[in-house]
Amino acid sequence: MSGQELGLAISVFLACTVEAVEALTIVLAVGVTRGWRWALFGVAAGAVALAVIVAALGPALTALPLNVLRVVVGALLLVFGLQWLRKAVLRAAGLKALHDETKAFAAETEAARAAAGVGGGFDGYAFTIAFKGVLLEGLEVAFIVLTFGANQHDIGLAALAAVVAVAVVTAAGFAVRAPLARVPENAMKFGVGVMLTSFGIFWGTEGAGASWPGGDAALLVIVPGVLVASLGLAQWLRSRAIAPAVGRVT
Amino acid sequence: MSWLIRAAHAVWEFVVGDDPLTALGVVVALGATALIASAGAPAWWVMPLAVLALLAFSLRRAAR
Repeated sequence: MSGQELGLAISVFLACTVEAVEALTIVLAVGVTRGWRWALFGVAAGAVALAVIVAALGPALTALPLNVLRVVVGALLLVFGLQWLRKAVLRAAGLKALHDETKAFAAETEAARAAAGVGGGFDGYAFTIAFKGVLLEGLEVAFIVLTFGANQHDIGLAALAAVVAVAVVTAAGFAVRAPLARVPENAMKFGVGVMLTSFGIFWGTEGAGASWPGGDAALLVIVPGVLVASLGLAQWLRSRAIAPAVGRVT
Repeated sequence: MSWLIRAAHAVWEFVVGDDPLTALGVVVALGATALIASAGAPAWWVMPLAVLALLAFSLRRAAR
């Protein structure tokens, strides 16, 4: 497995694990509160919709010429990855609330209880919430699978990493029958932001016609470089947030 | 036609989110990389510097 393939598998696995944990929380809350039948139909419908999106857009993307594909994918990954990274750095700096699955589960459960009940027939609420949960959380993963997979001409490997992540999260969810609050989601989101941004820099630069010194080995500098810069920015924001408070005290 | 506008809006929200300045900066930086590379000069350094600057400015705006 090459370095780029390894990066693809790790990025997709991490992103998919994070999103699967969030989708699991929604499905668990709906299933526990309203019954499993229609919640699971919603999950299946969401998964089919995601598979259709990947199957429809994958071949279209891989048909693009390599340099066009790299600059398009690089730009998309950078725009998308910088969103992830910005939120992750703000969380690390204490300027944005950390994602908490226990709180999310409590909120979803309360909403599911408050929604109108049904008398044994089709439960539109359970179906729709489970469907939307899987589709919306899964869209980000589908985007990453498509961009990374198309660029490496290996959508199969990207899809496999996503399926493994979903299987692991689902198995863990069934085992504990509770939201996976102990998964280090915020740290994983930071990692995904670093990987998306790093690969965006690498492929975007190559697609624009420039060459990296050392070729693919440049990634061994870019990924740690983005990580260190992001941690440094989080530290800088933390110190900026503390400085005015210290100034007021003294 | 309205569904097309709604779909385009949803795609924009999904990819660009609430920070269009950063997205614009990425496009400009890629354009600069292409220009420098087409002139035959090394251009690999443009994107790392641009991304660092874009992230720092985006964070400063968000932290205000």
